[in-house]
Amino acid sequence: MADSVAVEAHDLVKVFAKGNVRALDGVSLEVARGTVLGLLGPNGAGKTTAVRILSTILPPDSGHAAVFGHDVVKEADTVRRLIGLAGQYATVDENLTGRENIKMVGRLTHISRKEVARRADALLAQFELTDAANRTLKTYSGGMRRRLDLAAALVGQPPVLFLDEPTTGLDPQSRQDLWMVIEKLVKGGTTVLLTTQYLEEADRLADQIVVVDHGKVIAQGTSAELKADLGTTVISVNLADAEGATLAAELLVGITAKAPVLEGSTIELTVEEGPRVAAEVLRTLDQHQVTVAGLTLREPSLDDVFLSLTGHRAEIDDVGGDEESPPSASERKKAR
Amino acid sequence: MTTATLPPDVVSDAPPGGRLHWAIADAVTVTWRNLISYTRIPDAIFFSSVQPIMFVLLFRYVFGGAISVPGVPYVDYLMAGIFVQTVMFGAVSTSVGLSEDLQKGLIERFRALPMARSAVLAGRTTADVVRNVGVVIIITIVGYAVGFRILTNVFEFIAALLLILFFAYALSWGFAIIGLTASNSETAQLMAFPILFPLTFASSAFVPVTTMPGWLQAFAKNQPVSQVIDASRQLMLGGKSPLWSTSNIYWALAWTVGLLVVLAPLAVRKYRRTG
Ligand SMILES: Nc1ncnc2c1ncn2[C@@H]1O[C@H](COP(=O)(O)OP(=O)(O)OP(=O)(O)O)[C@@H](O)[C@H]1O
Ligand SMILES: [Mg+2]
Repeated sequence: MADSVAVEAHDLVKVFAKGNVRALDGVSLEVARGTVLGLLGPNGAGKTTAVRILSTILPPDSGHAAVFGHDVVKEADTVRRLIGLAGQYATVDENLTGRENIKMVGRLTHISRKEVARRADALLAQFELTDAANRTLKTYSGGMRRRLDLAAALVGQPPVLFLDEPTTGLDPQSRQDLWMVIEKLVKGGTTVLLTTQYLEEADRLADQIVVVDHGKVIAQGTSAELKADLGTTVISVNLADAEGATLAAELLVGITAKAPVLEGSTIELTVEEGPRVAAEVLRTLDQHQVTVAGLTLREPSLDDVFLSLTGHRAEIDDVGGDEESPPSASERKKAR
Repeated sequence: MTTATLPPDVVSDAPPGGRLHWAIADAVTVTWRNLISYTRIPDAIFFSSVQPIMFVLLFRYVFGGAISVPGVPYVDYLMAGIFVQTVMFGAVSTSVGLSEDLQKGLIERFRALPMARSAVLAGRTTADVVRNVGVVIIITIVGYAVGFRILTNVFEFIAALLLILFFAYALSWGFAIIGLTASNSETAQLMAFPILFPLTFASSAFVPVTTMPGWLQAFAKNQPVSQVIDASRQLMLGGKSPLWSTSNIYWALAWTVGLLVVLAPLAVRKYRRTG
């Protein structure tokens, strides 16, 4: 039913002449109305580029995209009235107060003065910024800026929200709070497209997940579907040291269809029949007198999905901490 | 997917009011925002007014004695130059401000809003005009304190100030282009000075161009900054000296309109292509 599609992209291609990067190499996706789509991918996968095209900031080289059927290039003005955007880096005016920032975005969204004032108060309260409302952004912490940026994105009450790594730089509590805000918005009918590096976040919020790498969609489905594709059980074998693990990994080749993944002194195997293979693993290692320090069976996480799809783990390097590390000038320039 | 609970078309129609109405409203919002930003950095306001005061004192009391101008006291000659020089140096803030907005991603946010495309540049240049009004008032006071006197009348003096403000407005579109071109605000500032220096110093701002070597004189006499300064002298001091005349006023207006007509569309084009 075409009517239920809020955001669609078909074969988006974007090449940045500078550095000759194919940031997007034929990306297609669809977000159903009232649902959350999680765009997952490692650094440089093309997530931000996709969001910028969908939010009319950047025209694609080829392919097309639409919001509620309105083309993001030809009907950019209509699309802009339907969307709210919180970019990867909080884009706020340092010299304005929190309230003034929200007011500015509200006025530029063409909402009446009175209504903007009312919504600003409500949003500041919702994001627990009421006490800081009349302070300039210079005095805000990284997490507060992030929250203010999101509040500003909501002032137009847009039916579609684009959130580029909305919880990067938030402490665990603020992250939980923001998840709740997003869930509430979705319950009220808002459609959300969010990018994230946090698999837990996609797991919790996203109805559909699209995994991109090198500008291409490499997998999509619900979190359960992605995990099911991978196999039902992950066997994780701990060995005494990395040397033992290397040896064990060699011994275990052939037991499973997919090669064992070696990480430090741990080997992971993703299989269908967990207990049977586990027994075989122990038997094989015992025969060769390799000492096993521990063995666990678990359901695969999205992290495992990510690893098997991209060959590397999602970077979860800057969890916690209130300060968002500001990008360098050259990164900023690149992010335009 | 079965989620079609919302009305089939959630498009919020364009709010009432025509395009022009919103173009003006958005420009006013951006102007408001830029002016608030200025007031939040009071030390910048303070030091940007210290600089022209230093120039007034320097030329009035240090160099002034060595410079002779036919027809009027040097302090009266000097002030028109100071006015124009100050608003020109102030135009650098157009470059720096725009460059910072780009760098901080604010322009990116603006691009995803349903606001008028023209508002970013219109709001920036308008805010700079408002700031310049404050600047010329300060300089008038300082000028009076060091002995400057209007030799015509208040109306012609105000006409001179309006001409200077108009000239600065035209120039700020040119400085907007620099701001949109530079990779960061420091570079924007560095790019602006090689343009400002020859224009302000190889002009009639501080010394009569007749004291300069012939090849320089040809440039200094005819370039727009000198025209605007000499036009202002005509309006502030009247025909007291052979160095300027009413024709400077026509040339100044022609230059200003010409610069505006060329620079504004170029800046708008540059803005559309940036991103
Ligand atoms: N303006 C630009 N000019 C040149 N190259 C760019 C530009 N913007 C992005 N790129 C390149 O395009 C690729 C995709 O970048 P993008 O920002 O979309 O990735 P991302 O998935 O958002 O990464 P991250 O997780 O680090 O935010 C990268 O290789 C990046 O260097
Ligand atoms: Mg990104």
